[in-house]
Amino acid sequence: MTFSASDVRFERTRALQEIDRITTSLHDIVRVQLRRRGVVVGLSGGIDSSVVAALCARAFGAERVLGLYMNEAESSEDTVRLARLVGDHLGVPTVDEPLSPLLAAAGCYARRDAAIQRLVPEYGADWRCKVVLPSVVETERLRVFLLIVQSPHGDEIRLRMPPDVYAEVIAATSFKQRMRKMLEYFHADRLGYAVGGTPNLLEYDQGFFVKNGDGAADVKPIAHLYKTQVYQLAELLGIPDEIRLRPPTTDTYSLPQSQEEFYFSLPYDRMDACLYARDHDVPLAQVGEALGLSEAQVERVFRDIDAKRAAARYLHAPPLLVT
Amino acid sequence: MSELIGDKELLRAFIAKNFYVPADQPLDERTSFLQQGIIDSTGVLELVTFVESEFGIAIEDHELLPANFDSIAAVSAFIDRKRGTGDVLRL
Repeated sequence: MTFSASDVRFERTRALQEIDRITTSLHDIVRVQLRRRGVVVGLSGGIDSSVVAALCARAFGAERVLGLYMNEAESSEDTVRLARLVGDHLGVPTVDEPLSPLLAAAGCYARRDAAIQRLVPEYGADWRCKVVLPSVVETERLRVFLLIVQSPHGDEIRLRMPPDVYAEVIAATSFKQRMRKMLEYFHADRLGYAVGGTPNLLEYDQGFFVKNGDGAADVKPIAHLYKTQVYQLAELLGIPDEIRLRPPTTDTYSLPQSQEEFYFSLPYDRMDACLYARDHDVPLAQVGEALGLSEAQVERVFRDIDAKRAAARYLHAPPLLVT
Repeated sequence: MSELIGDKELLRAFIAKNFYVPADQPLDERTSFLQQGIIDSTGVLELVTFVESEFGIAIEDHELLPANFDSIAAVSAFIDRKRGTGDVLRL
């Protein structure tokens, strides 16, 4: 049988069954196993949190889902607007939790900027930045992180990051995901709710999350679904078009950053197909033909998948006990 | 009197000090760092920075290839080539 990128997709009937299966499972996990009354979901205006909130609303009723809006100074305008669009569309209670004062108090921005200033002394609060990786598809080069900064005049500087600067920028930026989770647990504790996590399979498997940040949750309803399948469920759940058509973004740095720039080798649909192919022993030539890539390119993507999986072991590890 | 330490020994000591090398898989000079999971992408960054500072070599982005950085032998050969081209800042 020939491999095709659409192998990842659900048949329509299967997608509808999956919605029912998750809904039933959510009820069992949250109400029966965890003995919680509902679920808190951070709404980012992205596809994953929208689908998780919609599934939870089906499982517990909209009134038992609390949506949190947690934008900060560097969130895109779309984040704020689309998150509200989902909250309104689902009719769930929502709370505004502006994140910037907490992040500023923890030194998120100041610590990050100080690390960048070791590399670019003139970098300041009115500059913008992001961290990127070279594409494994376009080049054989090792994936070494690059820092891109933009001056207030729009001049861009691109620099290889020394390890200490890279680690400190990532550590400071991770305050964003961890602070959001702290607020989610505040409301969960207040209401007797569980916290819903929003990673899809691609993110969960490849470690595209912050440990004890967006990686923390009591239940992860879509961590077994390819992103392609999450989009299918979004359509069936009636998630507004504008959210379904928006390209995935990290919305973590002040310069716009796609998920491919920072983490994945390919756009999500082809990345899904590669992950599926890697796990189903599809020959390189077939994957290449289906996705318009050479065998060497597919091999590099597979190697990258394996490397990320290995690095994700630490992220997935619970606190380990001495026995 | 101290003995001069060779490039490969310096590299081996750096890898052993900063990354985990399983005791049952001794670090051969041709052991692949990436295939054996000894260094990840952050580790590559550390190795590149170490080679630049320790050996006084300026490394261009286009030289960041597995062929140059995936084993002790590969890094050592790369350093030798760079010395040959005069890209060495100091020794």
